Amino acid sequence: MAEPMLKPPKSAISPITWVRQNLFSGWYNTLLTLVVGYLLVIGVGPVFSWLFFDATFLGSGPSDCTGTGACWLFISERLNFFIYGFYPDDLQWRVDVMFGLLALSFVPQFIERFPGRKWFGLFGLTGLPVVGYFLVPGGNFGLEVVESSKWGGLMLTLILAYIGILASLPIGIVLALGRRSEMPIIRGICVVFIEVWRAVPLITVLFMASVMLPLFLPDGMNFEKLMRALIGITLWQSAYMAEVIRGGLQAIPRGQYEAADALGLGYWKKTGLIILPQALKMVIPGIVNTFISLFKDTTLVLIIGLFDILGTVQSTITDPAWQNVAIEGYVFVAFCFWVFCFGISRYSQNLERKLDTGHRT
Amino acid sequence: MKKQTVDSRPAGPKPWYDPRIRSIFFQFIAIALVFWGGWTLVDNTLSNMESRGISTGFGFLDETAGFGIIMSLVPYDATMTYGRTFLVGLMNTLLVSAMGIVAATILGFIIGVARLSSNWLVAKLALVYIEVIRNIPLLLQIFFWYFAVLGSLPSPRQSVEVADSFFLNNRGLYLPEPMPQEGFGLVWGAVIAAIVVVIGLRAWAKKRQLATGQIFPTFKVGVAILVILPTVGYLAAGAPLEWEFPALKGFNFGGGITIIPELAALWIALSLYTASFIAEIVRSGILSVSKGQTEAAKALGIPNSLTLRLVVIPQAMRVIIPPLTSQYLNLTKNSSLATAIGYPDLVAVFMGTTLNQTGQAVEVVAITMAVYLTISLAISLFMNIYNRAAAIKER
Amino acid sequence: MGTIMTEQTQATDPKKPVPSQTENKPDIIRVEGMNKWYGDFHVLKDLNLNVRQGERIVICGPSGSGKSTFIRCINRLEEHQQGKIIVDNIELTDDIRNIDTVRREVGMVFQHFNLFPHLTVLENCCLSPIWVRKTPRKAAEEAAMEYLERVKIPDQANKFPGQLSGGQQQRVAIARALCMKPKIMLFDEPTSALDPEMIKEVLDVMIELAGSGMTMICVTHEMGFAKTVADRVIFMDGGEIVEEAPPHEFFTNPQEPRTQKFLEQILQH
Repeated sequence: MAEPMLKPPKSAISPITWVRQNLFSGWYNTLLTLVVGYLLVIGVGPVFSWLFFDATFLGSGPSDCTGTGACWLFISERLNFFIYGFYPDDLQWRVDVMFGLLALSFVPQFIERFPGRKWFGLFGLTGLPVVGYFLVPGGNFGLEVVESSKWGGLMLTLILAYIGILASLPIGIVLALGRRSEMPIIRGICVVFIEVWRAVPLITVLFMASVMLPLFLPDGMNFEKLMRALIGITLWQSAYMAEVIRGGLQAIPRGQYEAADALGLGYWKKTGLIILPQALKMVIPGIVNTFISLFKDTTLVLIIGLFDILGTVQSTITDPAWQNVAIEGYVFVAFCFWVFCFGISRYSQNLERKLDTGHRT
Repeated sequence: MKKQTVDSRPAGPKPWYDPRIRSIFFQFIAIALVFWGGWTLVDNTLSNMESRGISTGFGFLDETAGFGIIMSLVPYDATMTYGRTFLVGLMNTLLVSAMGIVAATILGFIIGVARLSSNWLVAKLALVYIEVIRNIPLLLQIFFWYFAVLGSLPSPRQSVEVADSFFLNNRGLYLPEPMPQEGFGLVWGAVIAAIVVVIGLRAWAKKRQLATGQIFPTFKVGVAILVILPTVGYLAAGAPLEWEFPALKGFNFGGGITIIPELAALWIALSLYTASFIAEIVRSGILSVSKGQTEAAKALGIPNSLTLRLVVIPQAMRVIIPPLTSQYLNLTKNSSLATAIGYPDLVAVFMGTTLNQTGQAVEVVAITMAVYLTISLAISLFMNIYNRAAAIKER
Repeated sequence: MGTIMTEQTQATDPKKPVPSQTENKPDIIRVEGMNKWYGDFHVLKDLNLNVRQGERIVICGPSGSGKSTFIRCINRLEEHQQGKIIVDNIELTDDIRNIDTVRREVGMVFQHFNLFPHLTVLENCCLSPIWVRKTPRKAAEEAAMEYLERVKIPDQANKFPGQLSGGQQQRVAIARALCMKPKIMLFDEPTSALDPEMIKEVLDVMIELAGSGMTMICVTHEMGFAKTVADRVIFMDGGEIVEEAPPHEFFTNPQEPRTQKFLEQILQH
């Protein structure tokens, strides 16, 4: 061994040493770094200049987009449509209020020391949907009615994902408990329900909801398109939710069940007071992850003719007034989704790490 | 196992307080509810279909479809039946899934290993790839490839061409098609013979190693046999292979193999998207093999390359394979997004066009769901078998 | 086996609680001809045992002898398949009402404490009085504090179980069981999962409890505890009760060879 016995302490590693160790250790690594670095430079350069340096940000119409870069004007001009769909301009404050409340409920969850953040989160899960139920469609308290066919854009995406996850939570809990039941028939029903929904792609579920649901319902009873999509999404999602929660239930040690039994708690009290609170807390990261995938999957509703954020963009990029704005549109939507999903997944990873260390003491 | 002596129990509990009777009662209620719900649905559906004049039953599968499909692996034209459209759609779904699985696996393993590279740049690049791709909806990625990238390719007359035999334009990618001639059977025979020889060689090499300790370079020799034997067969048969080259006829190309842009976009997007998940699975699989294992191997004097092959990979595979199969399942399910760009997969052809034309929603949806259910059950069956095998090895 | 003489052993140890005067007391637990199988495996073979009110019984035996299974049958955490178990004049059958009543009267302390990690110590103690006994919250908390004082950890009431040491957790578990004001306490190897220095604090609490006249059945390997506290020691092996005697007799003059061998092994050190 030619190496010195004492390696320098970590803080003393100079940038040059670091570069040598991590980029140029041996001919193989050096070659790799050089090739990858070269590809990166010739690849990323044009992308950056397209995105920023050559891009058009300001102007009043399609004619101002003359540069070789991206035409962000397209996004800013049509932003209103991308966010609210066809929701009437003068009523958009109602949606804005919901956005505000949503942020108020969940932004504190990212801040460790925020006082009472639990209560904000609780409001988000209970109060927020109630407020939204009255505020967004209108019809009560003298609020003008806005048909659900006019909802669209980011707002619709959030509604679909949020209601989908919220409604599937209780169904998922019931299914998960059913799947762990000692009664074979109850267990069998739950297994079949869960496995069938999990086996089929969401798109078939959405087709089913939009084509078959009207057939299933008695004459004269029907739902709007949005409602049908929500029913489909909720049923589909509840199967995934059930599996996540089942994982939590399985992780509860047997001693907890036994201790509850020994104290004379019956099945429902045992489940409600001892098992579920622990299991649900354990699976929060799992629930957040299913939320992320549902959030991405809501884009599929455009196939059955709803205008979510991707739907609004997709319908706008073919606008003859704007030439070749497809990439700008897709980059914009991708950015929106990425910010949401990446942020939330980071949050869930942190939580996972914390639960991991916090649980065993 | 119940071993009860009735006489030792003076008075049984009241039925309501007997958990056995309770459980039977609840289960009875559950069955009743399911049947009642099912019956209501069936009843409503039947009366709705009657009032709309939709026929029932699977007779429609024998009726003439009357619509064209842009791509099919089995011979198809508009005069064939709806049953045939089902087959075409199913084959197309299986094709894109299989292509996607192969590409996603290769890419995913490369990126997963790159993520653990000691080269900082490579590791970070892999990380960026994973974090970007998996946080963007798949449908958006499919759109991006289909409309933004492939849609902006030149028209057939301005095709990008390589060596007058490969053409790329906005109608697709055109490749020369191998046309086996008479006598090609010899080549197939040689391939099979080569495979048999290699398997035999492996067995022999292993036996020899166990007996004498000598290690035979099975891999190198095996590859050589696999290449040389079919080549010899090919030449011996007088090179019985001709190529059909694509050529511009009018406004479009004819001849050769065509990869339509719908397939290409779906394939690229599915592979890239799934690869980001597979990369994470591979990474955590490799990390799950504890450091102690590698250290133990080192302490035994096993060289690094062998450690990877003999110690790390076998253990990591056990962790990797179950989530990997569920990613394959996801990819297959996600291939149904084909509908959005018009690739004629099962959902697009059968649940889309066929359903629209016949109106027989219940039958069509049931068949489609049954197909996916079958695929999913087959995969979980495989997974269970694998898990059992892996678990036995552990004991 | 119903009439077992509880011979009064001399109170030589100053720590020993007053020997329980139980001859005239009625039986609170009666086990008659009880059998249990796990699948084809016969875990408990024809057990008979009568426990009088206020009696203190220690069950010992090698691992796998069925002693834990036996006491878990007494509050029906395990189901027996043959014979009778009568607790406080209620027979344990399939009747869930009976099971609920029995569990209310029988407290249990587990080897691994099994405290509820998501609830504070106080909440752990109040849970079942509030939800099962329907005690008003305030009364339940006051009672719980009293018991926590008795196990000498009132100051930890608002901590979570995860923040306590093993010995403290086990004492909380005892307090939690006592909060239901049970007539009988079952201890399933309460000190086996504890570090040596924590065993004493738990045993002290148990000795104090024994002094208060509680009916106790303990599965334990703490032979010192058995000597000091027990009215009877039961030795189990292979799912059978092999020997049953007052501690004095049991330790000085075991009758059965299996008991002798076991005692030799356990008392060697």
